[in-house]
Amino acid sequence: MPQINEPDHGTGVVKKFMYLNRKAPYGTVYALEVLEMVLISAAFEQDVHLAFVDDGVYQIRKGQDTKGVEMKSFLPTYRALEGYDVEKLYVEKESMEERGLTAGDLVVPVEIIDRAAMRSLIDSMDVVLGG
Amino acid sequence: MKFGILVNEGPFNHQASDSAYKFTEAALAKGHEIYRVFFYYDGVNNANRLSEPPSDDRHIVKRWSELGKKHSLDLVVCVAAALRRGIKDELLAEGFRISGLGQLIEAGIQSDRLVMFGD
Repeated sequence: MPQINEPDHGTGVVKKFMYLNRKAPYGTVYALEVLEMVLISAAFEQDVHLAFVDDGVYQIRKGQDTKGVEMKSFLPTYRALEGYDVEKLYVEKESMEERGLTAGDLVVPVEIIDRAAMRSLIDSMDVVLGG
Repeated sequence: MKFGILVNEGPFNHQASDSAYKFTEAALAKGHEIYRVFFYYDGVNNANRLSEPPSDDRHIVKRWSELGKKHSLDLVVCVAAALRRGIKDELLAEGFRISGLGQLIEAGIQSDRLVMFGD
C-alpha cells in the first residue's frame, strides 16, 4: 500500500477550513470520517473550525453508550481536539434547542451561536467540508 | 479557475458521482483546471475496476478512468476509507491511485474552490 503522505508544511498557506457536522453520530459513517479530515487538516496547520447543526449536535452529547450497536465510540476524540489546537467549535442555538439540549449536555466547550451568525460564519470560510 | 473535486458517495446508489463527473467535464470544457478529484467515504467505490453495470447503463468507473486519461486528472482514493471498504491497489481501475487524506486537504489549500458532492 502507498504510504500516507506527510503533511507539506512548506506551502505556508493557511486557509479557514470548516467542518459542518449535520448528522447524528452513529446512524451513518459521516461523523467518524469527518473527524479524520479534521485531524489531518490540523496536522497541515490549517485554521480549523467545527460546526454542529441539525442532528450533528448529538455528536457531542454527553452519556453516549455504543456497546449495544458494537461501534467504537469516538466521543473521546472530540475531547482530544484541544490537543491538536482545534478549539473553534460552534453549535447552532436553534438546532440545540429544537432537540431539548443545553450547553450542559455537551462534552466539550463550544460557542453557541444563532442561525444567522452560523450563516455568516460559514460565509467567511475558505473551504467548507462536511457530512 | 482551479477546482478541487470531492466525491463522497459510491456509484449508482447516489447521484453524487454522476454530478461530480458532469461538473468536472463541464469545468474542463470551459477551460478551467481540475487540481484533483478526491474520493472519500463510499466514494472510494467509484474506483473499483470490477464494477460491471448492465450494458445499457452508464459505466461510472470507466467514465472516470477515461476522463482522467484524456485530461491527465489526478484521481485519488483515500487510503483509510478504501481499506475499510476493501478497495486495494489490485482493485483500482486505470488512472486511480490510493493516497492519504492529506491529499484532500492539500487540494483544499491549492484550489480556488473545493466542490463537494454527496450528502
